[in-house]
Formats: sequence, structure tokens, C-alpha cells
Amino acid sequence: MNGFLSWIEARIPLMRVANMHAIQYPAPRNMNFWYVFGFLATIVLVNQIITGIWLTMNYVPTAEGAFASVEYIMREIDYGWIIRYMHSTGASAFFIVVYMHMFRGMIYGSYQKPRELLWVFGMFIYLALMAEAFMGYVLPWGQMSYWGAQVIVSLFGAIPVIGPDLVIWLQGDYVISGATLNRFFALHVIALPLVIVILVFLHIIALHEVGSNNPDGVAIKHKKGSLSESEKTPYKIHEYYTEKYDIADDVVPFFPHIVLKDLVAFCIFLAAFTYIMFFAPEMGGKFLEHPNFEIANQLKTPEHIFPVWYFTPFYAILKAVPDKLFGVLAMFGAIAALFAMPWIDRGRVRSWRYRCGLHKVNLLLFAVVFVFLGYLGGTPQENWKIIASQIATVLYFGFFIALFLYSKNENTKPVPARIPR
Amino acid sequence: MKRLITLMAFFVPLWAAAAGSKVPLDEAPIDLTDKASLQRGAKIYMNYCSGCHSMKYQRYSRTFNDLGIPEELGEEYLQFTGDKVTDYMKRAMPTESASTWFGAAPPDLTLVARVRGVDWLYTYLRTFYVDKERPFGVNNKVFPDVGMPHALQALQGTPRETYEEVMVDGEMVERYAGIQSDGDGALSPEEYDEAVADLVNFLEYTGEPFRLQSEQIGKWVLVFILVLFVFVFLLKKDYWREVH
Repeated sequence: MNGFLSWIEARIPLMRVANMHAIQYPAPRNMNFWYVFGFLATIVLVNQIITGIWLTMNYVPTAEGAFASVEYIMREIDYGWIIRYMHSTGASAFFIVVYMHMFRGMIYGSYQKPRELLWVFGMFIYLALMAEAFMGYVLPWGQMSYWGAQVIVSLFGAIPVIGPDLVIWLQGDYVISGATLNRFFALHVIALPLVIVILVFLHIIALHEVGSNNPDGVAIKHKKGSLSESEKTPYKIHEYYTEKYDIADDVVPFFPHIVLKDLVAFCIFLAAFTYIMFFAPEMGGKFLEHPNFEIANQLKTPEHIFPVWYFTPFYAILKAVPDKLFGVLAMFGAIAALFAMPWIDRGRVRSWRYRCGLHKVNLLLFAVVFVFLGYLGGTPQENWKIIASQIATVLYFGFFIALFLYSKNENTKPVPARIPR
Repeated sequence: MKRLITLMAFFVPLWAAAAGSKVPLDEAPIDLTDKASLQRGAKIYMNYCSGCHSMKYQRYSRTFNDLGIPEELGEEYLQFTGDKVTDYMKRAMPTESASTWFGAAPPDLTLVARVRGVDWLYTYLRTFYVDKERPFGVNNKVFPDVGMPHALQALQGTPRETYEEVMVDGEMVERYAGIQSDGDGALSPEEYDEAVADLVNFLEYTGEPFRLQSEQIGKWVLVFILVLFVFVFLLKKDYWREVH
């Protein structure tokens, strides 16, 4: 066995890479529960890919056959409904864990120097994920698939000059049709998953280059020769990290410590996930919208058209602006602002534990505003909601503006040199 | 504490239920485990609905098997179209004629409970009322100007709107007070409500025929995860003891 392994190792660095990037990767020992969502996102990604492959085996990507083929999977294929519900619940679960993951990055300043690119790769994953989810939602070819696609694609029509032609180019037809469904299917099952997997790979490589942040925002890697032997970690850490830096006694190896911690979180996540999957897969019409159980009909507009819940905060921002073009700009601006986080925040202290009270209030308010926008964008329009969504939109952008202003000369608490015991 | 607040800020459940129609919906007293109710519902469906409505994603054989109806009995008493027992439950009437007669083809009902919800269906089927203005002589409370005749009128009898006088802000106004049958139907009002509940129960079943199986499997999955959790948690604690 050892002979075989060394034969392999001499030809491809299997164990070396496994040791470097998983087994002997140094992780801060104070990582709390906020740090499990990256692992969970990876699990959900794998779930989506595997269940997606099986769904593809019986899904028919045509306007005539799509809806019936989904019902065929649900009813005629043995346990097809499990595969389908794993995939549909997984889509929403993906966004839940990704939103938690992003908020973690915000409260602990994980986007700050030197992790700017790491954050930007993450944002690209989020962007690709939104495109992936949107196109996936079109595939069952229900009423919401059709009319949701109509709303989203028509946004591109707001672009001056090229807009109308761009919409036709995207649709592959003068209306949303079977041609649109075909191309969305191709993008959903091949192009975007590839993009996401490559981006996740880059995200992890970038993470391992700069190292994991932690709830105290304290560095675990120190200048070579700056730590005494007793201050260094007793654990076996890969030479890739110890050659360049002194690793403090503030870390645990990724395996088994972090893996076990992540597995505990995984069990809790799985309990919630399977509960929804087996007992409430529609999640009250939020994960699978009621009108989507009716086949797409271009002559019959549903009473209310909403995007799925994970898009509703941005949809609310879009609707808050009376002008369509500026609404679209505001919506994309809301995402662009997140991209720019590393440069908007001019502070040098990462974790909110050591930052000013205003920062904590600002972050919590941002979370509340984001959820509130999600509520506004996902429920029928009422008069008070127009004003409410305008106020919430201002507060959303206000978060970034305020952060930019106060982070320059912020009153911060002293940050410990090492992770506090 | 801060952790808790942060979590709550993230999860504030602001999702409200979708807006309802003007008539409050009655809660449908249905139970998917009640096979007898499902069988009665299937009988009503086949006799009163299947002439015009299809269930094109649901097979006769599956329906009979899931509901505990022997296939021979089902074929003899519940199947009127001359199809094979393994066929999908298509409507008896041709689609072109349906469009001519009703203006639009009656919708497929396989998934209607998932589109409308059971409470909506239960209320809808009990709130037809006589309205001479409408082509079929009836209108509906939850689906105004619906293009469907009152298919269950033989069971319910002639339904009429009733109104009551109530005091609102010091003025007497007439308020809608439910539907009342003339009593010329085959069933009493209570029996009619039960029959509609059976029918809605059946429609709930066809929307998701694997619902009970799903919950059965789900229970064991959750038990497994709980056991797994205990072991993983203890193992994690053991490895982390030396760290803190």
C-alpha cells in the first residue's frame, strides 16, 4: 500500500496537496459558528451538482415537455421526488448559507487587506449563483418561471440604445419561449456550474494564501523568527505555511479539529434541511411558489409576480425607484457596493468586537434593512410599501456611505496581538 | 447575547402570508391518512369532475393502488373513459369542444391543490350561488365570474346568497352571511360540506401523491441525523478538549 502511494506521489502531488490545503492547514482556534457556512456552502454545491445530474437524466428542456417532465420525475421515477426536492430545497439553502457567510465576512472584516481579492472572488461566486438560480427557476416552466423570467430579462431592456435588441438576443426570440428555455438549460447545467466551481477553487486558493480570518481579526501568521518556540503551535502544520511564517499557538489543524466542528454544524444544518425537504418542501410558497405548479401560459399573467425570496431585497430596490433605468442602476449598484466593501471600509481594525459602537449599529441595521427589503420585494404592492422601500433603499446605501465616512478616523478599541485565551 | 441578537436580526421572519380574497377562506378539514375519505373523494371526482377536467399527470392505477381500491373494482366503478387502468386520467370530453363550450378548456386538476391551496378549494366549492347574469346561472364568492357551472349542484341543491343586517358605525348595513341551499339537493348542508372535504382531500392527494411516504421516510432520516449528531458532537468535544 505504501509502495503504491509513493508511486502515485512521485507522479502527482496527491498527499502533498491534501496536507497543504486540508489536513495540515492552520485555522484559528477561535473560529465560532459563523465560520461553518463556507463548509456548508460547499456541501450544498456538491448536492446541487449531484442531484442536478440525476434530474438532467429525465428533464426535457422544451416548452412543450418541461413541465410534464418535472411531474414525471416527481411521480413516475422511483424516489424522483427526493432528488427534485433535494435540488429545490438546496437552491434556497444555498442562498441562506451564502448570506450568512457574507454577513460573517462583514462583521469580522474578512474583506479587509489582505483579503480583498478573496472577497471579490466570493462576490463573483454570489453573482454567478444568482444567474444560476434564476435560470434554474425558469426550467420547470411554470407560471412563475415564465413571468419571473419576463420581468428579469426585460430589465436589460432599460439599457439605453441597445436595450431592446439585447433583450431579443438574450431570449433568442421576440418573447420568452422554448428557445429561451433551451439556452437557459444549457447555461444552467454546463456554463454556470463550471464558472462557479472554478470560482470556488480560486476562492479557496486565495483563502489559503492569505489565511483564515477569525472573530478577533487577529493575525495567526507572524514574521519568521518573531515567535519563541513556546509561542509556536504544537500541531503539525504544513511546511508551506511554516517556511514563510511563524505560526502562533493560536491555531488548530483543519483536520480533524475544524472538520469535526464543521460536521457538528453539518448535522444541525442537515436536520433543518431534511425537515423542510420531507415535511414542507414548498416552505409556505417561498421555496416553491404556488403559481409555479401551473404550466407557463403567456396569455395569462399571474395576479402577483415575485422573484424567489433570495432576490426580493434587490427587487424591492428596483421597485423603489420610479424610473426603470435608474431602478435597474440602483439594483446593480446595490450589488456593486458589496463588491467594493474592501475599499469602502477604510478602517484598519477588522472585527466589530474592537470597532466603534456606531459600526455595530450600522451592521445590525444593514442586516435588518436587507431582510425588510426582502419582505417588501416579496409581498404584494401596497401604498405604504412604496415609501417604506424607498426609505429602506436609502438606508441600504446609507450603510456604505456611513461606513466610508466613519471608518477613516474611527475610535477603535486596542486589538490584542494574539487571540485572547 | 450579542450573537443571539445578530442571529435574530438575520432571521426576523417578516414573510407574511400572501394576500387573500375578500371572502375569508374556511379551513379545509382534511386528512391524507383517511383512506375512506380519499376513496369517497375519488368517487365524487370521477362522477362530477372528470368529464370536463383532466388529471394528465396522474394514472388510474396509481390512484387505485395508493387509495387501497382493487384495480378491477376501480376499473368497473370509477373509470368511465374506456382507457386502460395504467393510463393517465384524461378528461372524457375533447379539448376542442371544451374550449367551444366554456370559452377556455377547463384546467388540469392534478396540481390544483398546490396552486390554490386546500382552503381555497374547500371554500370555492361551497360558495357557488345563483346569479342570473352569468351564462351558467351561477357565480362564485372566491372566484368572481368564474366560467364554470356548479358541477355539484345535484348534491348541494340550489345555492343562494344570504345577507344579514348588522350595525356598523351606528348604521344598519347588509352583510354577506354565507350560502344557503334551497334543500333540493341529494345531501344535507353538513353532508355536502363533508363531501367537499373528501373531494378536496383527494385533490390534495393527487397534488403530491407521495406526501405520506415523504413524511414516513423523513421521520427516519431525522432520527438518523440525531444519532449521527450525538456521535459527531462527542467526537468533536473529545478532540477540542485539549485546545481550550
